[in-house]
Amino acid sequence: MNRTLSAETTGESTAAVSEASSAPTGPRLLEIQHLTQRFGGLCAVSDFNAAFEGGELRGLIGPNGAGKTTVFNLVSGFYKPTEGALILKGKNIAGMKPHQVTGMGIARTFQNIRLWNDMTVLDNIRISQHYQLGYTIWGSLFRSRNYMAAEERIRKKALDILEALDLARFADEVPKNLPYGIQRKVEIARALSIDPDLLLLDEPAAGLNSRDVQELIQLIRWIHKEFDVTIWMIEHQMTVVMSLCSWIQVLDFGVTIAEGTPEEIQNNPAVIKAYLGDENI
Amino acid sequence: MQRLTVPVLLAILFFVLVGMSYYDLLDLYIQSVIMFVGINIILGSSLNIVNGYMGEFACGHAAFMAIGAYISSVINVMLFTQDRIFGAPLLPPEMSLYFFPFVLLIGGFGAAIAGLLVAIPSFKTRGDYLAIITIAANFIVTSTIINMDTIGGSRGFMGMKQITFAMEDVIFLPWMLIWVILSTYFTVWVIYRYVSSTYGKGIIAIHQDEVAAEIMSVNTNKMKLVAFMISSGLAGLAGGLFAHILGYINPGSFGILKSTEALVIVYLGGMGSLSGSILAAILFTLLLEGLRFVLPWMSSGLHWFDGVFYWADLIPEGYQVSQVWKWVIIPLILVLLMQFRPEGILGNKELSDLFPRLRRWYSFK
Repeated sequence: MNRTLSAETTGESTAAVSEASSAPTGPRLLEIQHLTQRFGGLCAVSDFNAAFEGGELRGLIGPNGAGKTTVFNLVSGFYKPTEGALILKGKNIAGMKPHQVTGMGIARTFQNIRLWNDMTVLDNIRISQHYQLGYTIWGSLFRSRNYMAAEERIRKKALDILEALDLARFADEVPKNLPYGIQRKVEIARALSIDPDLLLLDEPAAGLNSRDVQELIQLIRWIHKEFDVTIWMIEHQMTVVMSLCSWIQVLDFGVTIAEGTPEEIQNNPAVIKAYLGDENI
Repeated sequence: MQRLTVPVLLAILFFVLVGMSYYDLLDLYIQSVIMFVGINIILGSSLNIVNGYMGEFACGHAAFMAIGAYISSVINVMLFTQDRIFGAPLLPPEMSLYFFPFVLLIGGFGAAIAGLLVAIPSFKTRGDYLAIITIAANFIVTSTIINMDTIGGSRGFMGMKQITFAMEDVIFLPWMLIWVILSTYFTVWVIYRYVSSTYGKGIIAIHQDEVAAEIMSVNTNKMKLVAFMISSGLAGLAGGLFAHILGYINPGSFGILKSTEALVIVYLGGMGSLSGSILAAILFTLLLEGLRFVLPWMSSGLHWFDGVFYWADLIPEGYQVSQVWKWVIIPLILVLLMQFRPEGILGNKELSDLFPRLRRWYSFK
């Protein structure tokens, strides 16, 4: 890793990352066009559109069962979309396998934490480096120079990322013995360890108490700035979404019912209706 | 110095065993027990890759053993012996010594290819369903062999003894013992290096959460393919050795019972523990052979008891406790094991985790 991260540097760099300044000159980071997913007769997501220039911090909200996680599953490659295109840095990734998509720079976390619970935190991060191992099975059997260099590089990178997120003291612990908040953080660290361009956070604040939520907001803001990563998050806790995201999309029954800045969303009648129901019942 | 302790110990063990066999200090029976310990170590630890580390439930391991056994036997018999079907030897029999390890490896390679038979279904299928596929694979392999008349069908295949004699004619050494020990070392070496690399740990990630593994850039299909191929390839190696020790193989010896033996070793030792599999293979083989002596003693002991105490009737007059009782006692031990220590002897730990002092003697990496 080439970033050197510490609390001091974070405090000094106060300039907010504006979307326009970090926009790349090349193709867009991710373009989602007319994304549609049907499961049998059910249309889980219909005609979903979004475009990321790179550097944004966006939110995706909606009532339960609205299809938010389905969108993430489509982007990360778990489902092949029924219709539509997913263009990552100029390449269509629709239909690619999840590990390929991850290798191309999209990392994600899960609503319910999915760490490898019986492996140490360090191993959790190390195994996530499979996309850039740089050796084959023969290398691992004969412990070639290549293999030794790769293993050393991976170990160092894993330690660096844990150090950066202040998790180094848990390196040799197994996740199942750690508090829930720390497990969340480890999962985010694991996702960051693949050097993503786009980080998908699926309800990162789920199950956290209010103090942890405040810490999480700080953490996500800090990650967004320091790691120069585009973040797209699903979240139910409005404090998190409203204080972090600069652009929010709202899904209801698979349909995008609104999008805009937090202020616009808060005052949008369609959103209020979806969340609170119609007043003329 | 610390780096050398284990290799030196292994070398000493090798030379002591081979030397004692050479000078007839170990009789043929003891030698064969040692060889079966070696074969069971290979079988158990190779199955442990799939059942322990990767967390699948494969129960057709004997199928791959059969493929390795038949391929290496047929090649050897065809090349080096006068055979009814394959005719005159294609190469002088003395050459068999130099070719033997390669023929064994070809057998293992063939078995690894056959491993695709279960590896490819495993992409989509997990757990109990994959278990059924592996049992099916075992039946497919044995019934294919039964129906191939050129290699003896259900009558079996022989002629491998001539290979061992030919090897001993070149240089008089207990060759089979040497090959078994070397293959065992090779297997443990391969598995140890495989599962301790970040590459191999991918299969442990699949075990603990396959979805997370796939999303964190582990190519799960490829990992499964490699794991199944290594596992079945090593089983093929064990099969080749098995065939040449016995000098005779038939499809019946590679049935579900043999697969079960390999499973027993894995679960006795502990899933995902290489040292556990080795310990369990040694224990299991010694137990199996030990009962050969214990059962007649039990017979005579019970008869003696009945004789001394007129009221006792523990065993019918003239009945001998037969060897079949082995297969009552061993499963009973398994039942007790699963009741009281379901994680096996070592759980999923290695010896060096349980006895950290071992690390002082050798740096396990």
